Amino acid sequence: MSELDDFRAETRAWLEANCPQSRRGAFRGFSTFNYWGGRKAEFQDEDQKVWFERMRDKGWTVPEWPVEYGGAGLDKHRAGILQQELRRIQAQPPLQSLGIWMLGPALLHFGTPEQKAEHLPKIARGEIRWAQGYSEPGAGSDLASLSTKGELKDGQWVINGSKIWTTNGDKCDMIFALVRTEPDAPKHQGISFILVDMDQPGVTTKPITLINGDAPFVQTFFDNATAPEGNVVGPRGKGWDVTKYLLGHEREMIGSSMTNSVTETVSSVAKAKLGADGLKADPSLRMAIANHEIESWVLGIAVERLKDMGKAKQFSQFAPSVLKLMGTELNYRRGELLMSISGFDAVNDLFSEPVHSYLHAPANCIAGGSNEVQLNILSKRALGLPEL
Amino acid sequence: MPLVLTEDEVMLVDAARGFLAKSAPVSALRTLRDSGDTLRYTPSVWSEMAENGFIAPHVPEAEGGLGMGYAAAGLIAEQMGHTLAPTPFLSAAIAAELVVQAGSAELKADLLPKIIAGDLVTGFAFEEGLRHNPAGTAVTFKDGKISGTKKIVLDGVGAKLLIVVAATDNGPGLFLVDPSAAGVTVRPLDLIDSRNAAEIDFADAPATPLGDAGAAKAAIARTLDVARALLAAELLGIADEAFDRTVAYLKERVQFGRPIGSFQALQHRAARLYARLDLTRGAVLKALRALDEGDKAATMLCSLSKGAMSKLAYDVMVEATHMHGGIGVTDELDIGLFYKRVRVAGELFGDAHFHTDRIAIQAFGI
Repeated sequence: MSELDDFRAETRAWLEANCPQSRRGAFRGFSTFNYWGGRKAEFQDEDQKVWFERMRDKGWTVPEWPVEYGGAGLDKHRAGILQQELRRIQAQPPLQSLGIWMLGPALLHFGTPEQKAEHLPKIARGEIRWAQGYSEPGAGSDLASLSTKGELKDGQWVINGSKIWTTNGDKCDMIFALVRTEPDAPKHQGISFILVDMDQPGVTTKPITLINGDAPFVQTFFDNATAPEGNVVGPRGKGWDVTKYLLGHEREMIGSSMTNSVTETVSSVAKAKLGADGLKADPSLRMAIANHEIESWVLGIAVERLKDMGKAKQFSQFAPSVLKLMGTELNYRRGELLMSISGFDAVNDLFSEPVHSYLHAPANCIAGGSNEVQLNILSKRALGLPEL
Repeated sequence: MPLVLTEDEVMLVDAARGFLAKSAPVSALRTLRDSGDTLRYTPSVWSEMAENGFIAPHVPEAEGGLGMGYAAAGLIAEQMGHTLAPTPFLSAAIAAELVVQAGSAELKADLLPKIIAGDLVTGFAFEEGLRHNPAGTAVTFKDGKISGTKKIVLDGVGAKLLIVVAATDNGPGLFLVDPSAAGVTVRPLDLIDSRNAAEIDFADAPATPLGDAGAAKAAIARTLDVARALLAAELLGIADEAFDRTVAYLKERVQFGRPIGSFQALQHRAARLYARLDLTRGAVLKALRALDEGDKAATMLCSLSKGAMSKLAYDVMVEATHMHGGIGVTDELDIGLFYKRVRVAGELFGDAHFHTDRIAIQAFGI
C-alpha cells in the first residue's frame, strides 16, 4: 500500500469513529445547523461541539494551512483524500467561516508574518468570527466609489463611515473593511484593506429585515472607531488588489455552493409533492424541471473540471465570474420551480422552505459583485471587448 | 481521468488543427459545394486523414486499431468543427463501433483495417422518420432480404458498404448491404450543410447479418452514445469558432463612430455565451471520458452533452448571425456555413428536445 492509501485508511477510520451520526447527511446550506465560531458563539448541541472540537484539534478545519497557523499542513493529495472521505460519509463542515474562505487566503497571500501569526490560528480554531465590510449605502457593486474614511492619528487609524450588507455583522467579532485612506488618490486607488475590531464603542450595527422575514445582514456604523496602524493588509492604498484576490474566492464559493448546497433535487421534490401523474399532467412544468436538472448537472461537471484544472495547475482566471453568474441564476430558477411545485402551500407561508429560498435567491445574484459586474468582467477582460 | 487534456491529447489537437487548417479549411467546403461534386468530400484529404491516424482512433489495439480512445476521436471531431471539414469521419466512427461491438472475429479482421485506412466508406442506414427515433424500425429483414426506406443516411452517396438497422422476429438487427446490389436505390439529398447524405430504398435487397439480433440492440445503443458524444464535440468546435469570429467582428466593426463591441448590450450577450461555452465544454469531455472508462453513466452523459451542445450551438449561431448584422445572412460570409452545419449536426441522433425528454425519464425519473 502506498502512503496515500495508508492516509486514506487512517482518515476513513478516524472519521467513522469521530464524526457523530447527527453531523452526517445532506448539506443544509449556510444555516445555524453548522457552527460559525467566534467570541459570542454557542453550540447548538453536544454533537456540534464534539465534531467541531475534534476537527479543530486535528487541524482539519483548514487542512491545507500550515500547522503553525492551526492547519494540518496537508498537501493537495492528502487534502483531496480528506475531502473525498468527508463527502463519502456526508459529513457536515465542522466550522463555517468567512475567515476560512476569504480573509485567510488573502492573509496567506498578502499578510505580514505578524498578521498571519495573530489572525490565522484564531480563524482556524474558530475563536474569532469575521465579517466582511465592502459595500456602502452609496457603493454596492461600484466599490471604487466607497467613502468610509480612515485617518492615521498617533499611530492608529480613526475610521468614520458606514458599511452595509454586513452578513451576520451583529454576531461577528472583527471586520475586514475597505477604507479610503488616501482621499486625493484616483477612485480605484487610495483604498486600504483594514482589520477592525467590532467590539469597541465606535462600532454599532443595525439589522436589515428582508422580504423573506430574515435579517441576516446589518448596516455597520463606524464613529471614530480605531484600529492599530499595523492592521492594514497589503500595501497602504492598495486594498483594491487584496479585494480582487479575495472576491475571486468569494465568487467561486458562491457559484460552486449552488451545486452542493442543494439538499434535494428539484425532480425528487416534484415527484414527492405532485406524483408521477401530477407531473405528466403538467408537461410545461415537467420540461422546466428537466431543463433545470440538466443545467445543474452541467454546472456540477464544470466545477469538477475546474478542480481538475487546479490540480493540473491550469488556473482559469475567469472561472469565478462564470460560476458566480451561472450558479446564482440557476439557483434563482430553482427557487421559482420549487415555488411552482409547492403551489398554494408555498404562497401560504412566509417561513416555508421554498418561499425562504425563493425570496433569498435574488440576493445571490447581487452579492459578491452583481451579475452585471461579472458580465462586465467577462466581456472586458476575458473577451477583450473595447471600452465605450 | 481528470477533465483536462493529457500531453498526448494536446499533441493530437495540435496535429489535427495543423492538418485541417492546411487540407480542409472552410474555403474547401465552399469550393466542394460550388463544384457540384456529389461526393461532397475530397478522397485525397480523407486518405491523408487515415495516414495521420485520424480515422476511428478509438478502435482498440486488440482489434488492430490505434486504441487512442473516444476522447481522442472527440478532440479530432472538435477540431473538424472549427474548419467545417467535410469528411465521412462520423460514418467511419459509427461503422467501426458497430463492427467492434457486434461483429465476429472474422468480420472485424476483414472490415476494421479497411475502415481505419479510409478505404471502406460506409453509410449507417438508421433513421426512418422526420425526427431522430431510435425505437421505431419499420424496415424489415426476412429470408435474407431487406425492404423499406431509410432517410438521411450520412455518406450514403458513393458508400461502398451500408450498415442497415432492420426489424426481425427477434428485435432489431444489423445488416450489411452492398449498395450496388439489386433492389437498392440511392437518392442523393441536398442537405443545407452541403454534406454527403442519401435517402435509400431497399426492395428485397440482399443482406447479411452483422452479428446476431441479441447483440445488435446493445451495439446500436452503444454506437448511438458514441455518435452523440462525437457530434457534441464537433458542435463545441463549431460554436467556439463562430463565437471567436463574432468577438473579433465586434472589435472591428464601427457604428456610431465606435466599435460595436464597446456597447454594453452586445458585451453582455457575448459574455453570457462565453460563460455557457466555458461551462458546457466540461460536459463534452466528461461524456468522452465516460465512454473510455466504461462508466455506467456514459449513456446519460452522452445524451447530456449532445442535448446541451445542440441547444448552445443554436444559440451561439443566432447571436453570431445577429451580431454580424446584414452581412451575417449573406452567403459570402462563412458564418452562414457554420449556422447550417449546426442545424444539421444538432438534429442528428437527437436534438435538445429529444435529449431533454430522454434525460428527464431515464436520469431523473420524471
